[in-house]
This record gives sequence, structure tokens and C-alpha cells, in this order.
Amino acid sequence: MTTSDQGASRRTAAALGVALGLLVAGAVAATLVARGRWWLPPLASLQGRPVDRLFLVTLAIISAAFILVQGLLALFVWLYRDRGQRASYWHEHRALELTYTIIPAIVMTGLTVTAAGLWARIHSAPPPGALVVEVRAEQFGWKARYPGPDGRFGRLDPRFFSPRQNPFALDPTDPAGRDDLVLDISTAAALHLVVNRPVEVRLRAKDVVHSFFVPAFRVKQDAVPGMVTSTWFTPSRTGTFEIACAELCGPLHYVMRGRIVVQTQEEFDAWLAAQARP
Amino acid sequence: MAHAIPHVEAHTAAELSFWRRYIFSQDHKVIGIQYALTSMAMAILGGLLAIFIRLQLGWPGRSWPLLGRLFPGGMPEGQMSQAFYLAAVTMHGTIMIFFVLTTLLTGGFGNFLIPLMIGARDMAFPFLNMLSYWLYPPAIVVLLASFFVSGGAAGGGWTAYPPLSALPQAAPGSGPGQTLWLVALAILIVAFLFGSLNYITTVLQLRTRGMSMLRLPLTVWALFVTAILALLAFPVLLAAAIMLLFDRLGGTSFFIPAGLVVGTTPVDHAGGNPLLWQHLFWFLGHPEVYVLILPPMGMVSDILANNARKPIFGYRFMVGSIVAIAFLSFLVWGHHMYTSGMHPLLGTAFMTTTLVIAVPSAIKTFNWLATLWRGKIRFTSAMLFALGFLSLFVTGGLTGIVLAQPPVDIYFHDTFFVVAHFHFVMASAAIFAAFAGTYYWFPKMFGRMLDERLGRWHFWLTFAGIYATFFPMHYAGFMGMMRRIYSPQLYAHLQGLAPLNVFVSLAAFVLFAAQFIFLYNFFRSLFRGARAERNPWGATTLEWTTPSPPPHGNWGPALPVVHRWAYDYSPPGAAEDFLPQAAPLAVPVGGEPAGSGGDEQHGR
Repeated sequence: MTTSDQGASRRTAAALGVALGLLVAGAVAATLVARGRWWLPPLASLQGRPVDRLFLVTLAIISAAFILVQGLLALFVWLYRDRGQRASYWHEHRALELTYTIIPAIVMTGLTVTAAGLWARIHSAPPPGALVVEVRAEQFGWKARYPGPDGRFGRLDPRFFSPRQNPFALDPTDPAGRDDLVLDISTAAALHLVVNRPVEVRLRAKDVVHSFFVPAFRVKQDAVPGMVTSTWFTPSRTGTFEIACAELCGPLHYVMRGRIVVQTQEEFDAWLAAQARP
Repeated sequence: MAHAIPHVEAHTAAELSFWRRYIFSQDHKVIGIQYALTSMAMAILGGLLAIFIRLQLGWPGRSWPLLGRLFPGGMPEGQMSQAFYLAAVTMHGTIMIFFVLTTLLTGGFGNFLIPLMIGARDMAFPFLNMLSYWLYPPAIVVLLASFFVSGGAAGGGWTAYPPLSALPQAAPGSGPGQTLWLVALAILIVAFLFGSLNYITTVLQLRTRGMSMLRLPLTVWALFVTAILALLAFPVLLAAAIMLLFDRLGGTSFFIPAGLVVGTTPVDHAGGNPLLWQHLFWFLGHPEVYVLILPPMGMVSDILANNARKPIFGYRFMVGSIVAIAFLSFLVWGHHMYTSGMHPLLGTAFMTTTLVIAVPSAIKTFNWLATLWRGKIRFTSAMLFALGFLSLFVTGGLTGIVLAQPPVDIYFHDTFFVVAHFHFVMASAAIFAAFAGTYYWFPKMFGRMLDERLGRWHFWLTFAGIYATFFPMHYAGFMGMMRRIYSPQLYAHLQGLAPLNVFVSLAAFVLFAAQFIFLYNFFRSLFRGARAERNPWGATTLEWTTPSPPPHGNWGPALPVVHRWAYDYSPPGAAEDFLPQAAPLAVPVGGEPAGSGGDEQHGR
């Protein structure tokens, strides 16, 4: 190997080392900048708190691994560039290999156990006394249904669907459905919820698969035609929040928004009374 | 063994016509190059579609009069229609995953390398191999025809979830475009199955004398295991695609439940379940990710060892982790479905299997690092891309740990965080390995060297461009920006993203433009590149003992005989810093180490 080749090797090694260093520094800096501008929206549910914590813990773990591996790569590229040396004939080290088998295995086990517990809590039965609402997704908006004073949802039957008179396809022969309150929560109305009161949202889909995504609540659940899926959570702040559709559902997927208003129990009761059917 | 296969005589003896030699060839090398060149053409198209996507996301709603004149259908008045945007998203994914990466890695590199690296004269079934390639262009024609049918190309995403993809009335892209999409995929899957059968049989049956399974280079191991994966996974998607075609055209209801109303019109179907498609699709879809990443892992292992002049570290663990990853890849499909409405217990099970995959992935990563340790690193273009692969694979793999945990994935599922994740771990890493492989094996394929200076330019711009394009997408995902939306402008929680999206778009344009350096280098070097010698990289594996390019039948009258594993780089006592696999066992110190002496006489 000639001296000029070794010079080129040195330059490339330096460039690559610097590039990887910049990558690590840039990633850290960008994440710090993003914390102020491009981060998860402010949390507004009780269930979101442990989720955010688990996310931050995971982010810390993968950031450490990221810095370690990119750093080692940069270091090795610089140290072991071609300087006319002979490479070492070294290709087995059982203890070393077991080390980087076992450490990730332990970390992964820890994450699995933590996440499994949290996942089970998220999917536990909603507590008694939870508000129950139905949300139906359709191209390209959301409708909601409250059970009305009788506390029971009326039967649905698609044969009775009528875009104006009966958009939720309530079965008019079912007395339980007479007092059901149906709202278009994409346009005129909003899905009203009570602060600090758990709510179970039962999801239906009218046409294709949609996904009920409320970023502030860390909630996402697909609405699947032919099934009723459900999720429950507890809003922790009053205010107005946005529903987004997170599953591609057609050309206007991007406009498929809905509105959630979280209010106190008194405000909610007053609102509900005002909605009673004439 | 290979010498017993009658077609060998036809290969070496007969003078073939131009058509039999270059067009309807049964020579694995020609077929590999055909696959690679066709994939390159499709990659340009797939990249162009990405440019359209980024044009829209960078400047939503902006009018581009010039493009309006070029594409009056998709961009009336210069403004991209929503249907065209979704068609671009769908076709970008479909083309890049199935028509570029799968075809390039298994069809291109797999075809070219397997027989040469195991010391065979050709694939076990050369005619089937030719058929495999010749199913690919018709699949492309059918796929691209969908741009010109009413409603345009499919717009339901590469995942094609029904009922959106099943009901023509549900969206413009769900019309004939979706039917053609399914037919194109079905044709291509048959091609993959032909190829996979061939690779598996070839590796098992046609290894030359001395080439035991544990002497196989990791490239061959990876391609072999990939072929098994593809053979087991693709038929499931083929079946699902046929079922969906029946739902669309035959009035069946595999995926369509009762009671649907599209717009104001009831749908006349009953009894199906949309989740069935998701299970079937991801039963292929996840192994498919490993179909795209295992061959890169193998190729990068060989290129790292060669350019660090050091044996690959932990060969047995490397083989074991390839097999482990492949096995586990069949047990993780549900991690795409945490929010789909499947039973939560399944979520727990799929999380466990998914996080287990992190372990063999970590083994591979650290083994690659250990391969560099105390090596003697040569920064060829191939090596730069292989090192780039390592960096990208780690970056993309780590974010998978976030997504694997269902409570956290609830938030990140179907956001740009996922887009960033798979573009690093699968798309970018795989394409970096493909570039590394091209710089490395181009001399063997065409008998000429690629220009190293252009190669370095290509590397630096691509490496910077990839990170600049995909890294910021993580932050769009943090904010909750959904995938496949035509514009984020309407959402309160996505306000403030515009500068980030503009930056990503500009980076993507630079990234795309940088690829023309590669194209220029590729086609210029085909004709003007420096002549390649037999073994320009001082490599150990068998393909470097035959002339560049190898003749029909690959070897002279006698097949090479293998005496050692594939990684004797810098062995103690040898004069040179490598011992080819074909070098006889006893090498006199200071003697001729290369096994090329014996078969020099068979050269061209």
C-alpha cells in the first residue's frame, strides 16, 4: 500500500468518523429542539401518563444504544483504517457474544413485562359508572350516539339507513332507540365527555376501516366494518380536542376530523338536557 | 452434483443465438442482470412517485402549472388530486417493496451470486429460472396499466385493506386500478415462488465438493433462508389476493361483512371479515420485511469482512441469528395490528415475539462491529455503503423497539414515526446493501470496474440525504402526523409542521438527484470502466476464482473444490492477507496462495 493510498484512507476514515459524530450530535440536538416544537401534544388523559413514561424510558434506552453503536462504528472506522498493518485473525469469542446476547435479552424482557402490564390495564374492563358512547366512522366524518335517558342503545339495522332522517340506521321498532341522541361530531356538534370520568367509546364503521385517533388522549382504535371495537380512557383536562382518522379510508381521509369537548359533570348534564329530543 | 446435470453441456458447448443468450437466456448470470436492470428502471419510477408525494406534503395545495400540463389527469390545473396522491403513495410502496427490493435482492443478486458462490454451473432449474424472470415484465405492464384506467391506479395503500380495496364504489382507486394491482401482484408472486424453489434446490443440491453448509458465505446463507421464507410466506398473499379478486369480481364475501353502506347505497355482501385480510396480508407482510433485509445482512457481512481484511466475527452466531430471525419473522405479524380490534392477548403475544427479534438483531450488529475491530479497513465504495448499512440498520432497528410495545404503539401506529422506522430499517438499509453489493460485484458481473471517485460522491450525498430525509420524520410522528394524509394543514395538533415537511421534501429531492451519479457511473462503466481482473478485491469466495465476467457454465472443465471456510482473511502464516476457499489446504509459506493457478488455463 502506498503512502498516498494511506493518506486517502486517513481522510475517508476521518470524514466518516466526523459524519457519524455529527449524526449523533445532530440527532441529540434535533431531539432537544423538537421537544419544544415537534413533540407529542400535551397530554389530556389519565391513561396516557404511564404510556408517555414508557415511551420516554424506551426513548432513553434506544438513544443510549444509538449513541453507543454509532460511536463505536465511528471509533473503529478511525482506529482500524488501513495504515499498512495486518488485520488480526480473530473471529470467535464466546463470552463476548454471550454478553451482547444476554444484555439485550434482559432489557427486552424488562420492556416486555412492563408493556404487557400496561397493555392489560388499558384493555381491562371499563370501571362501573363509566360514560358509554358510540362513535361511528364513515367516509369522511364521525357520528356519535348517546343512549339517552333510558341508558340503553337502540338496535341498529342498516335497512333503515337514510342519509337525512336516520343516518345512524336506528331500528324504529326498538323502543330503546327512541331516545337515543345522534350527533354529527364532524360538523355541527362535538363529542361531549366529562373530565375525570372514564368513558367507554364503542366504535362502529359504516363503510370501510377507519381509526379513531385522539392524539391528546394517546388513544387509537380502529373502527372495523362488521365489528364493534371499543376503548376506554379518562379525560383529565377540560377543553376541546381533535379526533383524527388514522387509517387510510379514501381520497378525503385527510379531512376526516371530529371534535371532542371535555367539560365538568354539571356542564355536561346541562348540555345533555339541552339536547333532549323534542 | 452439478456435473451430472445435462444442461451444463448445452451451456458450455453450443453457440447460442443472441436471443437465447441475452433475452430468453437460461444462464443464471444473465437472468440476474436482467432482474437487476429491470429493478433499476422500476426504482427510478418508484423514486419519481416519492417525489410527487414529497411535492404534495412539502407544499400542500400548491399549484405546479408545468406538472399540470405534463399530467393533466393526476394534476388538473397543476394541483395534485387526492386520488392521484393516494395512487402515488400506494404505487411507491408497492413498486419499491415488491418490484424493486424483492426483485433486485433475490432475483438480481440471488440469481447472479448463488451458483457462483457455491461452485455450481447454473441454477438447478434453468428453464424455471428463465420463466421466473419473464413473469416480471408482464407483472410490471399490468401494474403500470392501472395508471391509465378509469379511477387511476390503486389508492388503498400497499396494504390494500378491504373493504376499501374490495368495493369499487368506495374510492376512485378502488376501481379497475385495484383489480390490476392484485393481478400484477399475483403474477409477480408466481415469479418469486419459481425463484425461491430454484434457490433452495440449488443451494441444497449443487454445492461443489468441499462446500459444506457451514462453509457457505453468509450471502448464500441469507439468500437460502430468504428463499425458504418467501416460499412459505408468498403463497399466503397469493391466496389472499385471489380471495380479494373473488370479492371484487365474483360476488364472494371473504372480507366484506354484512350491513355496509357506502355513501348512501347499501352494499350487497354479507359474512366476511376485514380482519381476515389483515392477518393474511401481514402473515406475508412481515416475513417480507426480512426477505428484504436478510440478503443485505448476508452481503454486508461478506463485504465488511473483505474490506476489513478480517474474518467475519462469530460466523456460527451469524448463521444462527439468520435462521432465528427468519423463524421468528413468522410469529410477529400481529404487531402491525395492535389497534386493529384483534384480541388484546394476541397483542401481548406478538409483542413478546417482536421484542425477541431484537436479540438476534443485536447479535448481528455487534458481530459486525467486532469484525471491524483490529481490522485493516479499506474504504472502497462498497465498504462505505456497507458501513452506511450498519448505521442505518441500527437507527431503524432501534425505533422498532418503540413500536413493538402495544401501549406505546397505540399512539405511534400509522404515524410518520412508522414511516421513518421502516424507511430506515428496511428501505434505506436494504438499498445501501444493494449499492454495496453493486460496487462490489459489478466487476464480476460486467468485467469492468465502477468509478470509485463517483462512488464516493454517490455515497456521501446518499448517506447525508437519507438521514436528512427520514430522520425528521420521527418528529412528525411524535406530533402524531398520520401516514397517507394528503395534507396535514387541517389539524390543530399538526400546526407548526410545515417547515419540517419542507425540509424533508428538499432533502428527498437531493437524495433522488444523487442517484443519477450512480446511474451515470453504472452505464459509463459498462463501456468505459477499467477492465476488472479476476479478483480485484482480494476476496476469498469462489466467484472470484473465475474470469470477470464468468463464461457460460461459470467454470472451466473442472469445478472448483473448496478447502476452507469463506473468511480466511489475514490468516497467520499466509503470505497474502487472504486464502481463497479453493486454495489447497497446505499452503507453503511464501508460496502461491490463490487457488487460481490451476484453473488459469480455463480462462477466456
